Amino acid sequence: MSSEGDRLSPPAATAQAAQRRGRLKVFLGMAAGVGKTYRMLLEGHAELQAGRDTVIGLLESHGRAETAGLAEGLPMVPRRRVSYREAVLEEMDLPAVLARRPELCLIDELAHTNVPGVEHAKRYEDVEEILEAGIDVLSTLNIQHLESLNDHVTELSGIRVRETIPDAILARAEEVVLIDLTPEALLDRLRAGKVYPPGRIDAALNNFFRIENLAALREVALRQVAEEVGAKRLTTELVGAREESLAAHAPQAVSERLLALVKPDPTSQRLVRRAWRSAQRLGAELDLLWVRAPGRHLSDDEQRSLSALRQLASILGAKMLEEESDDLPAAVVDVASRRGSTYILIGHSRPVRGLARLRGPLPQRLMARLPGVDVRIVADRSGRSRGDVP
Amino acid sequence: MSVLAIVAAVAAGVLLGAGAGYWLPPHGRLAARNRPRPVRRILLPFTGEEISSRSFEAAVRLARAENAIIMPAFLARVPMNLPLETALPVQCARGMPLLEAVEQSASAQGIAVDSRVGRGRSARDALRNLLEHEHFDRIIVSADENPRVGLSYDDMRWLLDRVPAEILILRPAPDDTRRISVHSVSGHF
Repeated sequence: MSSEGDRLSPPAATAQAAQRRGRLKVFLGMAAGVGKTYRMLLEGHAELQAGRDTVIGLLESHGRAETAGLAEGLPMVPRRRVSYREAVLEEMDLPAVLARRPELCLIDELAHTNVPGVEHAKRYEDVEEILEAGIDVLSTLNIQHLESLNDHVTELSGIRVRETIPDAILARAEEVVLIDLTPEALLDRLRAGKVYPPGRIDAALNNFFRIENLAALREVALRQVAEEVGAKRLTTELVGAREESLAAHAPQAVSERLLALVKPDPTSQRLVRRAWRSAQRLGAELDLLWVRAPGRHLSDDEQRSLSALRQLASILGAKMLEEESDDLPAAVVDVASRRGSTYILIGHSRPVRGLARLRGPLPQRLMARLPGVDVRIVADRSGRSRGDVP
Repeated sequence: MSVLAIVAAVAAGVLLGAGAGYWLPPHGRLAARNRPRPVRRILLPFTGEEISSRSFEAAVRLARAENAIIMPAFLARVPMNLPLETALPVQCARGMPLLEAVEQSASAQGIAVDSRVGRGRSARDALRNLLEHEHFDRIIVSADENPRVGLSYDDMRWLLDRVPAEILILRPAPDDTRRISVHSVSGHF
Protein backbone atom coordinates (compact mmCIF):
# COMPACT_ATOMS: atom_id res chain seq x y z
CA MET A 1 0.00 0.00 0.00
CA SER A 2 1.26 3.42 -0.80
CA SER A 3 1.65 6.07 1.78
CA GLU A 4 -0.69 8.97 1.97
CA GLY A 5 2.34 11.17 1.54
CA ASP A 6 2.52 10.24 -2.15
CA ARG A 7 -0.82 11.82 -2.81
CA LEU A 8 -1.50 15.37 -3.85
CA SER A 9 -3.10 17.44 -1.14
CA PRO A 10 -6.89 17.61 -1.71
CA PRO A 11 -6.94 21.27 -2.81
CA ALA A 12 -4.12 20.68 -5.29
CA ALA A 13 -5.77 17.55 -6.64
CA THR A 14 -9.08 19.38 -6.95
CA ALA A 15 -7.48 22.23 -8.85
CA GLN A 16 -5.72 19.84 -11.19
CA ALA A 17 -8.88 17.83 -11.76
CA ALA A 18 -10.81 20.96 -12.59
CA GLN A 19 -8.38 21.66 -15.38
CA ARG A 20 -8.90 18.53 -17.38
CA ARG A 21 -10.89 15.38 -17.87
CA GLY A 22 -9.10 12.17 -17.00
CA ARG A 23 -7.51 9.98 -19.66
CA LEU A 24 -8.89 6.53 -20.40
CA LYS A 25 -6.66 3.67 -21.46
CA VAL A 26 -8.34 0.39 -22.36
CA PHE A 27 -6.66 -2.99 -22.58
CA LEU A 28 -8.62 -4.87 -25.21
CA GLY A 29 -8.56 -8.63 -25.70
CA MET A 30 -10.25 -11.35 -27.71
CA ALA A 31 -11.36 -13.33 -24.64
CA ALA A 32 -10.85 -13.85 -20.93
CA GLY A 33 -7.42 -15.08 -20.00
CA VAL A 34 -5.29 -13.27 -22.58
CA GLY A 35 -3.67 -11.12 -19.89
CA LYS A 36 -5.54 -7.81 -19.94
CA THR A 37 -5.84 -7.48 -16.16
CA TYR A 38 -2.27 -8.65 -15.70
CA ARG A 39 -1.02 -5.98 -18.09
CA MET A 40 -3.18 -3.34 -16.42
CA LEU A 41 -1.69 -4.20 -13.04
CA LEU A 42 1.84 -4.08 -14.45
CA GLU A 43 1.20 -0.57 -15.74
CA GLY A 44 -0.34 0.36 -12.41
CA HIS A 45 2.85 -0.69 -10.63
CA ALA A 46 4.97 1.25 -13.11
CA GLU A 47 2.89 4.38 -12.56
CA LEU A 48 3.05 3.94 -8.79
CA GLN A 49 6.81 3.59 -8.90
CA ALA A 50 6.98 6.68 -11.07
CA GLY A 51 5.37 8.59 -8.23
CA ARG A 52 1.76 8.79 -9.35
CA ASP A 53 -1.03 8.27 -6.88
CA THR A 54 -2.43 4.99 -8.18
CA VAL A 55 -5.20 2.87 -6.72
CA ILE A 56 -7.20 -0.17 -7.72
CA GLY A 57 -10.85 0.83 -7.96
CA LEU A 58 -11.96 -2.67 -8.78
CA LEU A 59 -10.16 -5.88 -9.58
CA GLU A 60 -11.69 -9.13 -10.82
CA SER A 61 -8.97 -11.70 -10.31
CA HIS A 62 -11.36 -14.63 -11.01
CA GLY A 63 -9.35 -16.60 -8.48
CA ARG A 64 -6.19 -16.43 -10.58
CA ALA A 65 -3.20 -16.59 -8.28
CA GLU A 66 -0.92 -14.76 -10.72
CA THR A 67 -3.33 -11.84 -10.95
CA ALA A 68 -4.00 -11.65 -7.23
CA GLY A 69 -0.27 -11.79 -6.55
CA LEU A 70 0.43 -8.92 -8.91
CA ALA A 71 -2.18 -6.77 -7.20
CA GLU A 72 -0.18 -6.84 -3.99
CA GLY A 73 1.54 -3.57 -3.34
CA LEU A 74 -1.08 -1.50 -5.13
CA PRO A 75 -3.48 0.44 -2.89
CA MET A 76 -7.06 -0.71 -3.28
CA VAL A 77 -10.33 1.02 -2.58
CA PRO A 78 -12.43 -1.57 -0.74
CA ARG A 79 -15.55 -2.79 -2.48
CA ARG A 80 -18.91 -1.92 -1.08
CA ARG A 81 -21.57 -4.48 -0.29
CA VAL A 82 -24.93 -4.08 -1.94
CA SER A 83 -28.04 -6.04 -1.01
CA TYR A 84 -30.11 -7.29 -3.89
CA ARG A 85 -32.98 -9.83 -3.72
CA GLU A 86 -31.90 -11.24 -0.41
CA ALA A 87 -28.32 -11.56 -1.57
CA VAL A 88 -25.37 -9.40 -0.69
CA LEU A 89 -23.16 -8.59 -3.67
CA GLU A 90 -19.98 -6.58 -4.03
CA GLU A 91 -19.49 -3.64 -6.36
CA MET A 92 -16.96 -0.92 -6.93
CA ASP A 93 -17.40 1.85 -4.40
CA LEU A 94 -17.74 4.83 -6.71
CA PRO A 95 -18.25 7.45 -3.98
CA ALA A 96 -15.16 6.15 -2.19
CA VAL A 97 -13.06 6.37 -5.36
CA LEU A 98 -14.24 9.93 -6.01
CA ALA A 99 -13.57 10.90 -2.40
CA ARG A 100 -10.11 9.31 -2.55
CA ARG A 101 -9.28 11.30 -5.72
CA PRO A 102 -6.27 9.35 -6.93
CA GLU A 103 -4.40 10.42 -10.04
CA LEU A 104 -4.88 7.03 -11.63
CA CYS A 105 -7.51 4.39 -10.94
CA LEU A 106 -7.46 0.79 -12.20
CA ILE A 107 -10.95 -0.52 -12.94
CA ASP A 108 -11.36 -4.01 -14.33
CA GLU A 109 -14.13 -5.18 -16.70
CA LEU A 110 -15.46 -2.03 -18.28
CA ALA A 111 -18.58 -3.76 -19.65
CA HIS A 112 -19.77 -5.03 -16.27
CA THR A 113 -23.42 -4.45 -15.31
CA ASN A 114 -23.83 -3.09 -11.79
CA VAL A 115 -26.21 -4.43 -9.22
CA PRO A 116 -29.42 -2.34 -9.24
CA GLY A 117 -29.46 0.28 -6.57
CA VAL A 118 -26.04 1.84 -7.06
CA GLU A 119 -25.37 5.13 -8.87
CA HIS A 120 -25.21 3.77 -12.41
CA ALA A 121 -26.48 0.72 -14.22
CA LYS A 122 -23.17 0.07 -16.00
CA ARG A 123 -19.57 0.24 -14.91
CA TYR A 124 -18.56 2.32 -17.92
CA GLU A 125 -20.90 5.00 -16.56
CA ASP A 126 -19.02 4.88 -13.26
CA VAL A 127 -15.81 5.25 -15.24
CA GLU A 128 -17.24 8.25 -17.10
CA GLU A 129 -17.94 9.96 -13.80
CA ILE A 130 -14.44 9.20 -12.57
CA LEU A 131 -12.95 10.58 -15.77
CA GLU A 132 -15.07 13.72 -15.44
CA ALA A 133 -13.55 14.16 -11.99
CA GLY A 134 -10.16 14.42 -13.67
CA ILE A 135 -8.94 10.97 -12.65
CA ASP A 136 -7.12 8.87 -15.21
CA VAL A 137 -8.43 5.32 -15.64
CA LEU A 138 -6.94 2.07 -16.83
CA SER A 139 -9.58 -0.51 -17.72
CA THR A 140 -10.07 -3.81 -19.51
CA LEU A 141 -12.53 -5.00 -22.14
CA ASN A 142 -13.17 -8.08 -24.23
CA ILE A 143 -13.98 -7.45 -27.86
CA GLN A 144 -17.30 -9.30 -27.77
CA HIS A 145 -18.70 -6.68 -25.39
CA LEU A 146 -18.47 -3.93 -27.97
CA GLU A 147 -22.02 -3.07 -29.04
CA SER A 148 -21.44 -2.86 -32.79
CA LEU A 149 -19.65 -6.19 -32.86
CA ASN A 150 -22.13 -8.03 -30.72
CA ASP A 151 -24.13 -9.51 -33.62
CA HIS A 152 -20.99 -10.36 -35.54
CA VAL A 153 -19.46 -12.11 -32.55
CA THR A 154 -22.68 -14.01 -31.98
CA GLU A 155 -22.57 -15.24 -35.56
CA LEU A 156 -18.97 -16.29 -35.16
CA SER A 157 -19.20 -17.94 -31.79
CA GLY A 158 -22.86 -18.85 -31.47
CA ILE A 159 -22.91 -17.23 -28.05
CA ARG A 160 -24.79 -14.01 -27.37
CA VAL A 161 -22.99 -11.70 -24.97
CA ARG A 162 -25.48 -9.73 -22.87
CA GLU A 163 -23.18 -7.12 -21.39
CA THR A 164 -22.28 -4.55 -24.02
CA ILE A 165 -20.84 -1.06 -24.07
CA PRO A 166 -21.40 1.66 -26.68
CA ASP A 167 -18.61 1.97 -29.24
CA ALA A 168 -18.34 5.65 -28.36
CA ILE A 169 -16.79 4.76 -25.01
CA LEU A 170 -13.92 2.97 -26.73
CA ALA A 171 -13.69 5.68 -29.40
CA ARG A 172 -13.23 8.32 -26.68
CA ALA A 173 -10.43 6.37 -25.00
CA GLU A 174 -7.11 8.09 -25.40
CA GLU A 175 -5.37 4.76 -25.79
CA VAL A 176 -6.53 1.30 -26.79
CA VAL A 177 -3.96 -1.42 -26.30
CA LEU A 178 -4.57 -4.82 -27.83
CA ILE A 179 -3.46 -7.68 -25.61
CA ASP A 180 -2.86 -10.35 -28.19
CA LEU A 181 -2.30 -14.03 -27.69
CA THR A 182 -2.53 -16.85 -30.19
CA PRO A 183 -5.57 -19.12 -29.75
CA GLU A 184 -3.26 -22.06 -29.14
CA ALA A 185 -1.43 -20.26 -26.33
CA LEU A 186 -4.71 -19.20 -24.74
CA LEU A 187 -6.00 -22.77 -24.83
CA ASP A 188 -2.77 -23.92 -23.18
CA ARG A 189 -3.32 -21.36 -20.42
CA LEU A 190 -6.91 -22.53 -20.04
CA ARG A 191 -5.93 -26.19 -19.78
CA ALA A 192 -3.25 -25.30 -17.25
CA GLY A 193 -5.90 -23.77 -15.01
CA LYS A 194 -4.58 -20.25 -15.40
CA VAL A 195 -7.88 -18.83 -16.68
CA TYR A 196 -10.67 -20.67 -14.87
CA PRO A 197 -10.75 -23.01 -11.86
CA PRO A 198 -10.52 -26.74 -12.75
CA GLY A 199 -14.26 -27.30 -12.50
CA ARG A 200 -15.00 -24.85 -15.31
CA ILE A 201 -12.29 -25.83 -17.78
CA ASP A 202 -14.15 -28.56 -19.65
CA ALA A 203 -17.27 -26.46 -20.06
CA ALA A 204 -15.20 -23.55 -21.36
CA LEU A 205 -13.34 -25.75 -23.85
CA ASN A 206 -16.60 -27.14 -25.18
CA ASN A 207 -18.33 -23.81 -25.52
CA PHE A 208 -16.67 -20.47 -26.00
CA PHE A 209 -13.02 -21.50 -26.00
CA ARG A 210 -13.01 -23.39 -29.27
CA ILE A 211 -10.05 -22.67 -31.47
CA GLU A 212 -12.17 -21.49 -34.40
CA ASN A 213 -14.04 -19.09 -32.09
CA LEU A 214 -10.83 -17.72 -30.70
CA ALA A 215 -9.24 -17.31 -34.12
CA ALA A 216 -12.29 -15.39 -35.36
CA LEU A 217 -12.43 -13.23 -32.23
CA ARG A 218 -8.74 -12.53 -32.51
CA GLU A 219 -9.25 -11.31 -36.05
CA VAL A 220 -12.13 -9.10 -34.96
CA ALA A 221 -10.02 -7.63 -32.17
CA LEU A 222 -7.11 -6.96 -34.50
CA ARG A 223 -9.43 -5.29 -37.02
CA GLN A 224 -11.04 -3.19 -34.32
CA VAL A 225 -7.72 -1.87 -33.09
CA ALA A 226 -6.60 -1.26 -36.68
CA GLU A 227 -9.72 0.83 -37.22
CA GLU A 228 -9.08 2.72 -34.00
CA VAL A 229 -5.58 3.48 -35.19
CA GLY A 230 -6.93 4.55 -38.58
CA ALA A 231 -9.52 6.81 -36.99
CA LYS A 232 -6.94 8.42 -34.73
CA ARG A 233 -4.63 8.88 -37.68
CA LEU A 234 -7.36 10.68 -39.58
CA THR A 235 -7.91 12.93 -36.58
CA THR A 236 -4.22 13.65 -36.48
CA GLU A 237 -4.30 14.41 -40.18
CA LEU A 238 -6.45 17.43 -39.50
CA VAL A 239 -4.04 18.69 -36.90
CA GLY A 240 -0.71 19.11 -38.58
CA ALA A 241 0.92 19.18 -41.99
CA ARG A 242 3.68 16.76 -41.07
CA GLU A 243 1.23 14.18 -39.85
CA GLU A 244 -0.84 14.77 -42.97
CA SER A 245 2.13 13.90 -45.09
CA LEU A 246 2.80 10.79 -43.01
CA ALA A 247 -0.83 9.73 -43.23
CA ALA A 248 -0.91 10.19 -46.98
CA HIS A 249 2.01 7.85 -47.41
CA ALA A 250 1.08 5.29 -44.80
CA PRO A 251 -0.62 2.09 -45.94
CA GLN A 252 -4.29 1.82 -45.15
CA ALA A 253 -5.41 -0.41 -42.30
CA VAL A 254 -7.50 -3.38 -43.30
CA SER A 255 -11.12 -3.02 -42.28
CA GLU A 256 -13.08 -4.42 -45.21
CA ARG A 257 -12.47 -7.20 -47.68
CA LEU A 258 -14.13 -7.36 -51.05
CA LEU A 259 -14.76 -10.51 -53.03
CA ALA A 260 -15.51 -10.17 -56.75
CA LEU A 261 -16.90 -13.17 -58.61
CA VAL A 262 -15.30 -13.45 -62.03
CA LYS A 263 -15.15 -15.83 -64.93
CA PRO A 264 -12.99 -16.03 -68.02
CA ASP A 265 -15.04 -13.56 -70.02
CA PRO A 266 -14.47 -9.96 -71.16
CA THR A 267 -17.30 -8.72 -68.90
CA SER A 268 -15.28 -9.64 -65.83
CA GLN A 269 -12.63 -7.06 -66.64
CA ARG A 270 -15.03 -4.26 -65.90
CA LEU A 271 -16.28 -5.98 -62.78
CA VAL A 272 -12.72 -6.22 -61.49
CA ARG A 273 -12.01 -2.57 -62.25
CA ARG A 274 -15.15 -1.51 -60.40
CA ALA A 275 -14.34 -3.77 -57.48
CA TRP A 276 -10.82 -2.38 -57.32
CA ARG A 277 -12.08 1.20 -57.28
CA SER A 278 -14.45 0.34 -54.44
CA ALA A 279 -11.64 -1.38 -52.58
CA GLN A 280 -9.47 1.70 -53.00
CA ARG A 281 -12.15 3.93 -51.57
CA LEU A 282 -12.71 1.64 -48.61
CA GLY A 283 -9.03 1.00 -47.99
CA ALA A 284 -9.95 -2.66 -48.38
CA GLU A 285 -8.33 -5.80 -49.68
CA LEU A 286 -9.70 -7.29 -52.89
CA ASP A 287 -10.07 -10.97 -53.73
CA LEU A 288 -11.22 -12.30 -57.09
CA LEU A 289 -12.90 -15.68 -57.22
CA TRP A 290 -13.53 -17.90 -60.20
CA VAL A 291 -15.54 -21.03 -59.49
CA ARG A 292 -14.78 -23.57 -62.16
CA ALA A 293 -17.11 -26.47 -62.80
CA PRO A 294 -15.29 -29.80 -62.34
CA GLY A 295 -13.84 -31.08 -65.58
CA ARG A 296 -14.78 -27.96 -67.51
CA HIS A 297 -12.66 -27.44 -70.60
CA LEU A 298 -11.69 -23.88 -71.44
CA SER A 299 -11.78 -22.61 -74.99
CA ASP A 300 -8.85 -20.61 -76.36
CA ASP A 301 -10.77 -17.37 -75.82
CA GLU A 302 -11.50 -18.34 -72.24
CA GLN A 303 -7.87 -19.26 -71.62
CA ARG A 304 -6.83 -15.84 -72.83
CA SER A 305 -9.48 -14.13 -70.73
CA LEU A 306 -8.37 -16.04 -67.66
CA SER A 307 -4.77 -15.12 -68.27
CA ALA A 308 -5.81 -11.48 -68.67
CA LEU A 309 -7.74 -11.63 -65.43
CA ARG A 310 -4.74 -13.02 -63.59
CA GLN A 311 -2.57 -10.28 -65.02
CA LEU A 312 -5.12 -7.63 -64.04
CA ALA A 313 -5.36 -9.04 -60.52
CA SER A 314 -1.59 -9.01 -60.18
CA ILE A 315 -1.15 -5.42 -61.34
CA LEU A 316 -3.99 -4.21 -59.13
CA GLY A 317 -2.67 -6.04 -56.08
CA ALA A 318 -5.75 -8.27 -55.84
CA LYS A 319 -5.63 -11.94 -54.99
CA MET A 320 -6.98 -14.30 -57.64
CA LEU A 321 -8.64 -17.38 -56.17
CA GLU A 322 -9.76 -20.36 -58.22
CA GLU A 323 -12.05 -23.00 -56.79
CA GLU A 324 -13.44 -26.13 -58.43
CA SER A 325 -17.07 -26.78 -57.58
CA ASP A 326 -20.38 -27.43 -59.27
CA ASP A 327 -22.21 -25.52 -56.55
CA LEU A 328 -21.42 -21.86 -57.10
CA PRO A 329 -23.22 -20.39 -54.06
CA ALA A 330 -21.69 -22.98 -51.72
CA ALA A 331 -18.22 -22.28 -53.05
CA VAL A 332 -18.70 -18.52 -52.69
CA VAL A 333 -20.03 -18.89 -49.15
CA ASP A 334 -17.07 -21.07 -48.26
CA VAL A 335 -14.49 -18.67 -49.66
CA ALA A 336 -16.22 -15.58 -48.23
CA SER A 337 -16.27 -17.17 -44.79
CA ARG A 338 -12.65 -18.22 -44.97
CA ARG A 339 -11.44 -14.86 -46.25
CA GLY A 340 -13.66 -12.76 -44.00
CA SER A 341 -15.24 -10.95 -46.95
CA THR A 342 -17.51 -8.04 -46.11
CA TYR A 343 -18.67 -7.24 -49.66
CA ILE A 344 -19.39 -9.50 -52.61
CA LEU A 345 -19.51 -8.03 -56.09
CA ILE A 346 -21.11 -9.96 -58.91
CA GLY A 347 -21.86 -9.26 -62.54
CA HIS A 348 -25.15 -9.12 -64.32
CA SER A 349 -26.98 -12.44 -64.07
CA ARG A 350 -27.58 -14.70 -67.02
CA PRO A 351 -31.30 -15.46 -67.45
CA VAL A 352 -31.96 -18.89 -66.03
CA ARG A 353 -34.28 -21.47 -67.49
CA GLY A 354 -36.02 -24.64 -66.55
CA LEU A 355 -35.92 -25.87 -62.99
CA ALA A 356 -33.06 -23.51 -62.18
CA ARG A 357 -35.69 -20.78 -61.95
CA LEU A 358 -36.99 -22.39 -58.78
CA ARG A 359 -33.70 -21.86 -56.95
CA GLY A 360 -33.93 -18.09 -57.08
CA PRO A 361 -31.35 -15.55 -58.24
CA LEU A 362 -27.75 -15.86 -57.11
CA PRO A 363 -27.64 -12.54 -55.16
CA GLN A 364 -30.61 -13.55 -53.03
CA ARG A 365 -29.13 -16.96 -52.37
CA LEU A 366 -25.83 -15.40 -51.32
CA MET A 367 -27.52 -12.87 -49.06
CA ALA A 368 -29.52 -15.62 -47.41
CA ARG A 369 -26.41 -17.67 -46.74
CA LEU A 370 -24.08 -14.82 -45.82
CA PRO A 371 -25.93 -12.59 -43.36
CA GLY A 372 -24.09 -9.37 -42.74
CA VAL A 373 -22.23 -9.46 -46.05
CA ASP A 374 -23.24 -6.86 -48.63
CA VAL A 375 -23.88 -8.11 -52.15
CA ARG A 376 -23.47 -5.66 -54.99
CA ILE A 377 -24.40 -6.22 -58.63
CA VAL A 378 -22.19 -4.42 -61.11
CA ALA A 379 -24.05 -3.39 -64.24
CA ASP A 380 -22.88 -4.64 -67.60
CA ARG A 381 -22.42 -1.69 -69.91
CA SER A 382 -21.21 -3.59 -72.92
CA GLY A 383 -24.09 -3.67 -75.34
CA ARG A 384 -22.84 -6.61 -77.30
CA SER A 385 -21.46 -8.83 -74.59
CA ARG A 386 -23.52 -11.57 -73.11
CA GLY A 387 -23.03 -10.30 -69.54
CA ASP A 388 -23.30 -13.36 -67.37
CA VAL A 389 -22.65 -14.06 -63.79
CA PRO A 390 -19.64 -16.29 -63.46
CA MET B 1 -66.87 -32.99 -75.92
CA SER B 2 -66.09 -34.73 -72.74
CA VAL B 3 -64.50 -33.24 -69.67
CA LEU B 4 -61.57 -35.55 -70.27
CA ALA B 5 -60.89 -33.99 -73.66
CA ILE B 6 -60.98 -30.50 -72.18
CA VAL B 7 -58.56 -31.52 -69.45
CA ALA B 8 -56.27 -33.11 -72.03
CA ALA B 9 -56.35 -29.97 -74.16
CA VAL B 10 -55.56 -27.76 -71.18
CA ALA B 11 -52.73 -30.08 -70.10
CA ALA B 12 -51.30 -30.05 -73.62
CA GLY B 13 -51.42 -26.26 -73.60
CA VAL B 14 -49.66 -26.08 -70.27
CA LEU B 15 -46.97 -28.49 -71.45
CA LEU B 16 -46.50 -26.52 -74.66
CA GLY B 17 -46.19 -23.28 -72.69
CA ALA B 18 -43.71 -24.80 -70.25
CA GLY B 19 -41.66 -26.16 -73.11
CA ALA B 20 -41.62 -22.81 -74.82
CA GLY B 21 -40.65 -21.15 -71.55
CA TYR B 22 -37.80 -23.58 -71.16
CA TRP B 23 -36.41 -23.36 -74.64
CA LEU B 24 -37.16 -19.82 -75.66
CA PRO B 25 -34.95 -17.10 -74.29
CA PRO B 26 -36.40 -14.56 -71.90
CA HIS B 27 -34.54 -11.78 -73.71
CA GLY B 28 -33.75 -12.86 -77.22
CA ARG B 29 -31.31 -15.69 -76.63
CA LEU B 30 -31.83 -17.05 -80.10
CA ALA B 31 -31.01 -13.73 -81.63
CA ALA B 32 -27.79 -13.62 -79.63
CA ARG B 33 -26.94 -17.17 -80.63
CA ASN B 34 -27.42 -16.39 -84.29
CA ARG B 35 -25.42 -13.21 -84.12
CA PRO B 36 -22.08 -13.66 -85.88
CA ARG B 37 -19.25 -13.78 -83.38
CA PRO B 38 -16.51 -11.18 -83.68
CA VAL B 39 -13.34 -12.76 -84.92
CA ARG B 40 -10.83 -10.00 -85.37
CA ARG B 41 -8.99 -8.30 -82.57
CA ILE B 42 -7.88 -4.69 -82.68
CA LEU B 43 -5.34 -3.64 -80.09
CA LEU B 44 -5.42 -0.05 -78.90
CA PRO B 45 -2.44 0.37 -76.56
CA PHE B 46 -1.93 3.39 -74.35
CA THR B 47 0.50 4.38 -71.67
CA GLY B 48 -0.84 7.50 -70.07
CA GLU B 49 -4.01 9.27 -69.19
CA GLU B 50 -5.33 9.90 -72.68
CA ILE B 51 -5.95 8.25 -76.03
CA SER B 52 -6.09 10.24 -79.24
CA SER B 53 -9.67 10.51 -80.39
CA ARG B 54 -8.58 9.82 -83.98
CA SER B 55 -7.08 6.50 -82.94
CA PHE B 56 -10.13 5.56 -80.98
CA GLU B 57 -12.53 6.54 -83.76
CA ALA B 58 -10.47 4.62 -86.30
CA ALA B 59 -10.60 1.57 -84.06
CA VAL B 60 -14.37 1.90 -83.76
CA ARG B 61 -14.85 2.28 -87.54
CA LEU B 62 -12.70 -0.74 -88.28
CA ALA B 63 -14.30 -2.81 -85.56
CA ARG B 64 -17.74 -2.04 -86.91
CA ALA B 65 -16.74 -2.79 -90.50
CA GLU B 66 -14.97 -6.04 -89.62
CA ASN B 67 -17.14 -7.12 -86.71
CA ALA B 68 -14.04 -7.01 -84.57
CA ILE B 69 -13.33 -6.59 -80.89
CA ILE B 70 -11.49 -3.53 -79.66
CA MET B 71 -8.88 -4.41 -77.08
CA PRO B 72 -7.67 -1.33 -75.25
CA ALA B 73 -4.47 -2.16 -73.40
CA PHE B 74 -2.97 -0.19 -70.56
CA LEU B 75 0.81 -0.49 -70.62
CA ALA B 76 2.27 0.04 -67.15
CA ARG B 77 5.94 0.73 -66.52
CA VAL B 78 7.49 -1.04 -63.55
CA PRO B 79 10.33 0.98 -61.99
CA MET B 80 13.67 -0.79 -62.01
CA ASN B 81 13.83 -0.87 -58.22
CA LEU B 82 10.62 -2.91 -57.95
CA PRO B 83 9.96 -6.56 -58.84
CA LEU B 84 8.32 -7.02 -62.23
CA GLU B 85 5.30 -8.69 -60.64
CA THR B 86 4.66 -5.88 -58.20
CA ALA B 87 1.25 -4.23 -57.93
CA LEU B 88 1.09 -0.74 -59.40
CA PRO B 89 -1.82 1.04 -57.75
CA VAL B 90 -0.70 4.56 -58.57
CA GLN B 91 -0.43 3.89 -62.31
CA CYS B 92 -3.62 1.87 -62.20
CA ALA B 93 -5.41 4.83 -60.67
CA ARG B 94 -4.79 6.55 -64.02
CA GLY B 95 -5.12 3.59 -66.33
CA MET B 96 -8.25 1.92 -65.02
CA PRO B 97 -10.55 4.94 -65.48
CA LEU B 98 -9.25 5.31 -69.03
CA LEU B 99 -10.02 1.67 -69.77
CA GLU B 100 -13.46 2.34 -68.36
CA ALA B 101 -13.87 5.44 -70.55
CA VAL B 102 -12.87 3.53 -73.67
CA GLU B 103 -15.18 0.65 -72.83
CA GLN B 104 -18.10 2.96 -72.14
CA SER B 105 -17.58 4.89 -75.34
CA ALA B 106 -17.13 1.83 -77.54
CA SER B 107 -20.02 -0.05 -75.94
CA ALA B 108 -22.27 2.93 -76.49
CA GLN B 109 -21.51 2.54 -80.20
CA GLY B 110 -22.26 -1.16 -80.15
CA ILE B 111 -18.65 -2.33 -80.31
CA ALA B 112 -17.45 -5.24 -78.18
CA VAL B 113 -14.50 -4.50 -75.90
CA ASP B 114 -12.07 -6.80 -74.14
CA SER B 115 -9.53 -4.89 -72.07
CA ARG B 116 -5.98 -5.86 -71.27
CA VAL B 117 -3.17 -4.68 -69.06
CA GLY B 118 0.50 -5.24 -69.78
CA ARG B 119 3.54 -4.34 -67.77
CA GLY B 120 7.24 -4.16 -68.30
CA ARG B 121 10.27 -2.04 -67.64
CA SER B 122 9.19 0.27 -70.46
CA ALA B 123 6.10 0.73 -72.61
CA ARG B 124 7.74 -1.33 -75.34
CA ASP B 125 8.65 -4.08 -72.89
CA ALA B 126 5.06 -4.12 -71.64
CA LEU B 127 3.77 -4.31 -75.22
CA ARG B 128 6.22 -7.09 -76.04
CA ASN B 129 5.04 -9.09 -73.04
CA LEU B 130 1.46 -8.63 -74.12
CA LEU B 131 2.14 -9.63 -77.72
CA GLU B 132 4.00 -12.73 -76.61
CA HIS B 133 0.84 -14.15 -75.10
CA GLU B 134 -1.88 -12.89 -77.39
CA HIS B 135 -2.50 -12.48 -81.07
CA PHE B 136 -3.95 -9.29 -82.49
CA ASP B 137 -5.01 -8.72 -86.08
CA ARG B 138 -4.51 -4.98 -85.99
CA ILE B 139 -2.70 -2.55 -83.76
CA ILE B 140 -3.68 1.11 -83.83
CA VAL B 141 -1.33 3.69 -82.42
CA SER B 142 -1.15 7.43 -82.63
CA ALA B 143 2.00 9.03 -84.03
CA ASP B 144 2.13 11.42 -81.19
CA GLU B 145 5.29 11.37 -79.19
CA ASN B 146 3.59 12.88 -76.21
CA PRO B 147 4.29 10.32 -73.46
CA ARG B 148 0.93 11.16 -71.97
CA VAL B 149 -0.73 9.74 -75.06
CA GLY B 150 1.16 6.93 -76.69
CA LEU B 151 4.31 5.22 -77.84
CA SER B 152 7.57 6.83 -78.93
CA TYR B 153 8.74 6.84 -82.56
CA ASP B 154 11.30 4.19 -81.63
CA ASP B 155 8.53 2.03 -80.26
CA MET B 156 6.61 2.40 -83.50
CA ARG B 157 9.61 1.40 -85.57
CA TRP B 158 9.99 -1.63 -83.35
CA LEU B 159 6.33 -2.45 -83.86
CA LEU B 160 6.64 -2.23 -87.64
CA ASP B 161 9.77 -4.38 -87.66
CA ARG B 162 8.84 -7.09 -85.22
CA VAL B 163 5.12 -7.54 -84.81
CA PRO B 164 3.22 -9.82 -87.21
CA ALA B 165 0.05 -7.76 -87.32
CA GLU B 166 -1.32 -4.90 -89.36
CA ILE B 167 -0.02 -1.73 -87.74
CA LEU B 168 -2.08 1.39 -88.25
CA ILE B 169 -0.20 4.52 -87.25
CA LEU B 170 -2.34 7.61 -87.28
CA ARG B 171 -0.86 11.02 -87.64
CA PRO B 172 -2.78 13.47 -85.49
CA ALA B 173 -4.24 16.41 -87.31
CA PRO B 174 -2.58 19.60 -86.08
CA ASP B 175 -5.86 21.11 -85.07
CA ASP B 176 -7.19 17.92 -83.50
CA THR B 177 -6.66 18.04 -79.78
CA ARG B 178 -9.53 15.78 -78.89
CA ARG B 179 -8.73 13.01 -76.49
CA ILE B 180 -10.43 10.19 -74.72
CA SER B 181 -9.35 10.72 -71.12
CA VAL B 182 -10.27 9.71 -67.62
CA HIS B 183 -12.64 12.67 -67.61
CA SER B 184 -14.68 10.92 -70.27
CA VAL B 185 -15.92 8.36 -67.76
CA SER B 186 -19.61 8.89 -67.28
CA GLY B 187 -21.37 8.12 -64.04
CA HIS B 188 -19.91 6.51 -60.98
CA PHE B 189 -16.65 4.63 -61.35
